[in-house]
Amino acid sequence: MSTLSTVDESALPAARTNDDFGGKSGGRAFCDQAARVVMWVAFVVALIPLVWILGATLLKGGHMLLDIDWWTKSQSGITARREGGGAVHAIQGTLIQALVTALISVPIGVLTAVYLVEYGRGRLAKAVSFMVDILTGIPSIVAALFIYAMWVTTFGLQRLPIAVCLALTMLMIPTVVRSTEEMLKLVPNELREASYALGVPKWKTILRIVIPTSFSGIITGILLGLARVMGETAPLIILGPYTAVIATNLFDGLMPTLPTMIYQNYTENLQPAIDRTWGAALTLILIIFVLNIAGRLIGRFSKVKN
Amino acid sequence: MAKRIDVKDLNIFYGDFKAVEGVSLTVEPRSVTAFIGPSGCGKSTVLRTLNRMHEVIPGGRVEGKVALDDQDLYAPSMDPVAVRRTVGMVFQRPNPFPTMSIRDNVAAGLKLNGLKNKKQLDEVVEKSLKGANLWNEVKDRLDKPGAGLSGGQQQRLCIARAIAVDPQVLLMDEPCSALDPISTLAIEDLINELKSQFTVVIVTHNMQQAARVSDQTAFFNLKATGQPGRLVEVDDTQKIFSNPTEKATEDYISGRFG
Repeated sequence: MSTLSTVDESALPAARTNDDFGGKSGGRAFCDQAARVVMWVAFVVALIPLVWILGATLLKGGHMLLDIDWWTKSQSGITARREGGGAVHAIQGTLIQALVTALISVPIGVLTAVYLVEYGRGRLAKAVSFMVDILTGIPSIVAALFIYAMWVTTFGLQRLPIAVCLALTMLMIPTVVRSTEEMLKLVPNELREASYALGVPKWKTILRIVIPTSFSGIITGILLGLARVMGETAPLIILGPYTAVIATNLFDGLMPTLPTMIYQNYTENLQPAIDRTWGAALTLILIIFVLNIAGRLIGRFSKVKN
Repeated sequence: MAKRIDVKDLNIFYGDFKAVEGVSLTVEPRSVTAFIGPSGCGKSTVLRTLNRMHEVIPGGRVEGKVALDDQDLYAPSMDPVAVRRTVGMVFQRPNPFPTMSIRDNVAAGLKLNGLKNKKQLDEVVEKSLKGANLWNEVKDRLDKPGAGLSGGQQQRLCIARAIAVDPQVLLMDEPCSALDPISTLAIEDLINELKSQFTVVIVTHNMQQAARVSDQTAFFNLKATGQPGRLVEVDDTQKIFSNPTEKATEDYISGRFG
């Protein structure tokens, strides 16, 4: 510096020392430290129940999942007193009901979100948005009772698996609408305008530009909504009681699911049943975990490139 | 191919707010017209009425006449989508479609409007990229994402995308304001070439740019704060920058503003 500089250094102000800045403020350093500690404690406290639940289910239910029968057999003809049998009937039921629920809710939810973001102006849009907000807050048992009142009391129909799907649909639609709406709003308006300026009609712009751009976010939202719906129990207890046998017909009889299997076995209070409770709980956690991973992977392989 | 634009007594509104008042001007085919003026005076708004993009904004509406070779763009029977196919647009910030490759970005206008023939599409892609002076830089990576290019390249990609649908008129809304000087130079050279085929209208804040690229310059200003913007003067660029008729124009160009 001094060899290169032609400036008379004595004319420059003296280099600042730490003292000129007043040193590090003691109060601020203390607050920084305190906030750091509080944050870490909060983090650990939040983590405890999660780790605990995972640990307990793994310890108490893990051995059930290692048995091949768990994945291939139902509980048909096995009493709570006896060991053995599997959970395939409940796994199947949960997957079928989740799939059917998704098939009904995703088109309705995504289209509602498209309406709200791309077309909705004025009173109707406000009303729809308000309804979605209310629907989000409906407790699952209320949704179940509403479907029960309609399906059984009003129409005089049997309790059927499809009625369960309808109740779950009521719970899934608002989450799909909200998450899709957020994702569509994230698509910059410039992209829509760029497309309009090429003489592309609005509907095609939405279908080919807006939705592909937000595709991974929409899928993630749908999968999270689905995961939530899979664990719902209240509609199942009211509309879809447990049965120990494999059932795949949505329009006839009862369909067992993992939550009702957990509930049923929990009430038995016998060791084989308790084992099955933990096993079913772990299976449900695993399925939802896999769904979440799938959501991430789809997000990674999305079409938005940089 | 290029067409003449005639604007007559144009008033532009955002809801009840009158943003621009009484604009009348003519843009000759195969020429470059620059819109200059302070921020918020309605240059971009006027530009967006020339391809009916203004009405995309909720509450946006227009009074008066905009004609393309005697065809009224705001006639009730006129389809805004068809207007936008004839009058292309390049925006302030480069906005390639993030889900598409370079090739698909250029072909987007044709593809989304139903052209499927791959050979034909490839020809258009090459011709448009050459027309936008981008072909040599990207010909080996047409399948790479368009968003991976530099800002200047992205803007030329957007120009290629706009000319790929073979418009009559090309509107540019401050196309260089997000670019460095070298990319700006590349775009300005390109504008000079484009005017042999298209009618070009460009909004710019850069008066040297207006002087460099345009044949005709229109100066817009607000009447007063809170009043609608208006067209103060439109004339040959030479005349506007050497000997403008209006005092306001001279003040603005010479930097003695206000």
